[in-house]
Amino acid sequence: MTRRDWIHGWLLVLPAMAFLVLFTHLPAITTIWNSFFSTPRGRRPAMFVGLDNYERLLNDPIFWKVLTNNLWFALGTIPTSIALAIAMALFVNRRFMGRGFVRMAYFTPTVLPLIAVANIWLFFYTPGFGLIDQVIGLFGYGQTNLLGEPDTALAAIMVVTIWKEAGFFMIFYLAALQTIPPQLTEAARIEGANGWTIFRRITFPLLMPTTLFVSVNAVINSFRLVDHIFILTGGGPDNASSLLLFYIYETSFRFWDTAYGATLTVVMLALLCLLAIGQFFFFDRKVHYK
Amino acid sequence: MFAKFFQGAAMTAAMAIAGTLPAKATDLQFYFPVAVGGGAAETIESLTKEYMELNPGVNIDAVYAGSYQDTITKVITASRGGNAPQLSVALSVDMFTLIDEDLILPFDDFIKTEEDQAWLDSFYPAFMENSQTGGKTYGIPFQRSTPVLYWNKEAFAAAGLDPNTPPANWTEMVEMGKALTKRDANGNVLQWGVRIPTSGFPYWLFQGLTTQNDVILANSDGNQTNFDDPKVVEALEYLVSLSEEHGVMEPGIVEWGATPKAFFEGQTAMMWTTTGNLTNVRKNAPFDFGVAMLPANKRRGAPTGGGNFYLFKGTSDEQLSASVDFIKWITEPEQSAKWTMATGYVAPRPATWDTDTMKAYAKDFPPVLVARDQLEFAVAELSTYQNQRITRIFNDALAAAITGQKDPATALQEAQAQADAILKPYRVGQ
Repeated sequence: MTRRDWIHGWLLVLPAMAFLVLFTHLPAITTIWNSFFSTPRGRRPAMFVGLDNYERLLNDPIFWKVLTNNLWFALGTIPTSIALAIAMALFVNRRFMGRGFVRMAYFTPTVLPLIAVANIWLFFYTPGFGLIDQVIGLFGYGQTNLLGEPDTALAAIMVVTIWKEAGFFMIFYLAALQTIPPQLTEAARIEGANGWTIFRRITFPLLMPTTLFVSVNAVINSFRLVDHIFILTGGGPDNASSLLLFYIYETSFRFWDTAYGATLTVVMLALLCLLAIGQFFFFDRKVHYK
Repeated sequence: MFAKFFQGAAMTAAMAIAGTLPAKATDLQFYFPVAVGGGAAETIESLTKEYMELNPGVNIDAVYAGSYQDTITKVITASRGGNAPQLSVALSVDMFTLIDEDLILPFDDFIKTEEDQAWLDSFYPAFMENSQTGGKTYGIPFQRSTPVLYWNKEAFAAAGLDPNTPPANWTEMVEMGKALTKRDANGNVLQWGVRIPTSGFPYWLFQGLTTQNDVILANSDGNQTNFDDPKVVEALEYLVSLSEEHGVMEPGIVEWGATPKAFFEGQTAMMWTTTGNLTNVRKNAPFDFGVAMLPANKRRGAPTGGGNFYLFKGTSDEQLSASVDFIKWITEPEQSAKWTMATGYVAPRPATWDTDTMKAYAKDFPPVLVARDQLEFAVAELSTYQNQRITRIFNDALAAAITGQKDPATALQEAQAQADAILKPYRVGQ
């Protein structure tokens, strides 16, 4: 009987495994394999080059630049969008007039494709006649060029990302909030706890499983979301707003340097694995499961 | 989008059915990009249809492949997968990349008669510079362009300038720009003097400045660049000075896509952009405007731009001959005139301009002639082996100088060093 069980088990995971192997594991292994070869060009086949590609990577200033950018991008977008998501969720969890409308408004950015979002924001950011300039123009301020200056381009991209992400995370928090038994807050109230104490001592700890889930997603997204960069800045000026995945795309499909693209991808894979492992092993201890 | 998809699907189905019939038709696949607004895609499809009606033995599947960038990506991917199209329109500057990938064939193999040779010789030499290397012709000019200067005549009159005289040289552009730049009481700019967009591919318009400063950015073998030439540095210093020193242009990176709109909105009194925008400006400018050649410095000058026809390896000679025949037909004066009128692209053969259709069109709308007349002073667009990467390095250097992170000389020296490292392997055996 027990022997049958494991066959049964394997059969059940087989369809999922087949797809995972085909579309995730095999490409990952091929990528690692390719990173040890040179890029084949029409007249020159690929050659084994050992760690040459990795050496080049260490000496590539643009790689370090996009990696740093990505770090700032993650630091800038993840905490803000999570904080915003919790605030929005707490707000629309109460009863008030037009709650459905506000919930929908918060969630709308999630439904829009990122490319469409980027085009909307491109209009906001346009110097001179864009929305932002028109509004601040009323108060006597001059033109801005947020996307065209290296100091502000990445921040401008981060704002778009937060706008897009916060509503999505809000949905998870809203669902989690509704599973928290009201007796707990009622009991706390009777004890004389104020709103902030209730949030800090009861609500937030009970939301931790959701926060873990959301933060894992947010970290992945901070490496995965680059669609808007194509529309807004193209990585410019001088790579000021380029992120790792955008650089990988450019290297592989614009410069057709597939071997170096593979090398960059390996770095990204390793980075994501490390982050995911770190989050699950260290963060997990602080999470309160029921 | 969906209509196009279904049309494509229907065409494929039709071809599949045709394939089973005994009468053998030559099937061709033709990729084309669309880089300007308007009816470009419809015009290509209707021209293709017209050709098929005239040549019942040939079936052409015209595939809209997105932007220039998308098209080259699709073509290279398809070729690597063994499904190369027979012909495609792609950027003329991608010639070296396609040669390097070993994907394209020279047209010379299909030039058999004197008449064929005459056809090959009938294009403007400025356009052929980007189409030939090593004595062979790899590209046939089709949707080609060149940048021109557009100016707002009403703004000129309001600033006390002669509305019919655009700036003839660099100094005049700065002086007129100063007269045209309007500020409010707080010093905020209401109208800039000039706008040279610098986003995305700043090298193209910048090449206008370098050419006017009498320097060529890359050799015709595509393996040597001159980014750190003192004349290039001087041109970049001039571009930077427009915002920094003279205050006649918006500082920072200036968006390419928003440029026509900024012109229509009166945000700028002059703009540099492609002649491919001509029809757009004609339809949307709410004021009287003029079109002129770019201002001169040491000489007049501008780069050419746009797309060529390429022939791809990996299919039968019969299909390739049919492709060449189609390219010959579509570049004939009558077809070429239709294409130019629909888009604003410069007709690539003098013969087109001699047709009655074009003569009538030019009489009604003389600005179309500016781009053609400028060809006399035009040079090849920057093109090298590993073109996308080299231009990216150059663009980054320009952006660094424009945004004040590096001074022009340093930025260009660094770019030249990087370009040298990449192009070195291509100089072997010379």
